[in-house]
Amino acid sequence: MARQGVLIEDPYQRMTDDQIKQVHKASLEILKDPGLLCFNKRAADIFAAGGAHVAPVASSDPPHWLIRIPETLVADALESVPSTVILGARSPENTLVMHGDEPRVYFVSGSETNIWLDVDFQTYAKKADPSVEMLVPEFIPRRATVEDLCRSAHVAEHLDTLDGFIRNVNIQDSDITEQNKDVNKFFASLNNTTKHVMAGLTNLDQLDYVVKMAEIIAGGKAELIRNPLISFITCLVKSPLQFVDDTTETFINICERGLPVVVSSSPQAGSTAPIKEAGIITQINAEVLAGITLGQLVKRGTPVIYGSVPVRTRMDTLGDSYGAVETSQYNVDCTQLARFYRIPNYSTSGVCDAKRPGQQSSIERLLSNITVTMSGPQYLHCAYGLLDGNSVFSLMQAALDDAHFQMIKFFLRPPRIEKNEIEDVLDQIRHVARTPQKLYIRYIRRVMRTGLMSCPYPFEGDGSVDDVFYRAHQRTNELLDKPVPHIDRKTTVRIFNEIPGLLPRLNIYEEGRVL
Amino acid sequence: MSEDLIAALKENVIQGRMTKDDEGIDEGLTGPGVLELTRTALDSSIPVQNIITRGLTAGMEIVGEKFNAGDYFIPDMLASAESVSAAMDLLKPMLQDSIHEGKGKFAIVTVAGDIHDIGKNIVAILLKGAGYDVEDLGIDVPTEKIVEYVRTAKPDYIGLSALLTTTMLVMGDVIEALKNAGLRDSVKVLIGGAAVSEEYAREIGADAYCADGFEAVKILNDFGLA
Repeated sequence: MARQGVLIEDPYQRMTDDQIKQVHKASLEILKDPGLLCFNKRAADIFAAGGAHVAPVASSDPPHWLIRIPETLVADALESVPSTVILGARSPENTLVMHGDEPRVYFVSGSETNIWLDVDFQTYAKKADPSVEMLVPEFIPRRATVEDLCRSAHVAEHLDTLDGFIRNVNIQDSDITEQNKDVNKFFASLNNTTKHVMAGLTNLDQLDYVVKMAEIIAGGKAELIRNPLISFITCLVKSPLQFVDDTTETFINICERGLPVVVSSSPQAGSTAPIKEAGIITQINAEVLAGITLGQLVKRGTPVIYGSVPVRTRMDTLGDSYGAVETSQYNVDCTQLARFYRIPNYSTSGVCDAKRPGQQSSIERLLSNITVTMSGPQYLHCAYGLLDGNSVFSLMQAALDDAHFQMIKFFLRPPRIEKNEIEDVLDQIRHVARTPQKLYIRYIRRVMRTGLMSCPYPFEGDGSVDDVFYRAHQRTNELLDKPVPHIDRKTTVRIFNEIPGLLPRLNIYEEGRVL
Repeated sequence: MSEDLIAALKENVIQGRMTKDDEGIDEGLTGPGVLELTRTALDSSIPVQNIITRGLTAGMEIVGEKFNAGDYFIPDMLASAESVSAAMDLLKPMLQDSIHEGKGKFAIVTVAGDIHDIGKNIVAILLKGAGYDVEDLGIDVPTEKIVEYVRTAKPDYIGLSALLTTTMLVMGDVIEALKNAGLRDSVKVLIGGAAVSEEYAREIGADAYCADGFEAVKILNDFGLA
């Protein structure tokens, strides 16, 4: 039984069908003129063999090619790209089944933050009445470690609303190198959550080891294809319109293996894409279509996901403004485009500009979480715990986000207006109208106990002080104390024997383990 | 037979099933509710004292325990109290003939100018369920009528309810009127409602402020013990 996510019965749409077609047509125009620059020779060769117009750019260093993709090539790719993508998991009940034409939303974590935000609570006394004390959070940023990633995956395992895990911590231990980072981040994640694990790849040389590790856990090569408990995210097109060398190479290799991969693009409206909505949407769509076309040329039918991470530029720094309202609009547009192509959509919400947990963070993330969820993307990177764009991760914020998603998921339940319900409430109304008290309170009980009523906010205090943060922090501690099903001893031994570069302290069956 | 009946009565109080048509907490619970069982108990000549103490009150004690343990919520408590309250109405005519000693007479009223009664009704249900003889005087009740009621019915307690900041001032008028009529010492005055506070209760000379129905039960029980 796969996870159910949230099925959006009537998804929110910004664009009309006609507008979608206009964007689609304009994107095809972009793919022909100006086309894309390609810095990866294999990709240029694949495009040329597939029928694209490929021409070297004269005296270029590094060498690159101009790729003009004809409409027929894109149409052919859209024919062969699977409409259904399955993301497996260590536990079968955590499998995600995504249909490109079904707006069923799965909520997942992300991205790869450099900074881990610890929190400590200081006690302050009220000036007017020193007997009244309150706990005030002190946030302590530091470089994230592999132990933090283990803790994050551990908490993710227990967060009810979280359907999948994109590794959200960039491990920066002194003994982590480019040569061992990928195997350690995948192992740390897989060993602490039974949900689907997705990550980017730092070093292509590590791909075989990462895949081998997943095969050992899944039970073999064929089993991994049947139950792909890992998948990858690749940003192979750098905006505007450039296939980068290394990530494109990684993407080609993943497609060759037939494992699920996100074709992601992250243009910034105002700097690397036009500031106008029509402009950024048309460009990101062209960039993603180009990536999907390459993937299908590499291996027809390989599972790819339409990845959209559009963002607006901040006017003060020219950095990303994930908290800008337009960012949510772009994401909704992209979800509509992906559904137009019947390809599952990786979308983004919840990323905020706020640097620390608080009101700004709550408002920014809630607006995008609600609106983008309602548009029905299948795989929603909803930024559990993320702050300051993609830079900072806070476990406490992740617990707060889980509570917010409980509310959003409840809100999105379809109405229960049906014959039996109407008859039942008519009985109630007639009965209560005849009583002296005129109260319906007794009828709450069954509804409350059958899960038909939303839960109160879990971090609500007694009102004397705002202790939401403290309660959320306590919640993360409770979740960390709750065990997770690790990979069994025999499999762990095999992984450590066959996969080079794993840190011995990640082996929970050995002394000095991390978790 | 009578043991089974009392046990069923107690169980239905715990389940908050006033009548046979009511839903309880446990799935699929059917059969007579508190009202039907109380009638059957009376028909079976079970002493009123037993019906109250071993059926209704014993059930409510368990409801209280479950509430304190976090297993029950306010709607559960209220449904049980409402069931007991309805049963007590049925038993009231027989009480004068029985040896049962009530906890005291409590009158509740929404003061003049105010028609809000949800809180008042909940307080009435809970107090009735807790064993008090509750008289609900209604909404928008003129001060003179309240004074006259105190003079004639001689309640042990009177609860004044108001939602509005404008009508809460009437509570002070009621207390003044009771003083002027020489009745203030004969009755304890409790106030409640969204607009009032403990501080306001002190200001107008009320005996207590009740934040909600549960506090009202506790305060009255404490008065009874004093």
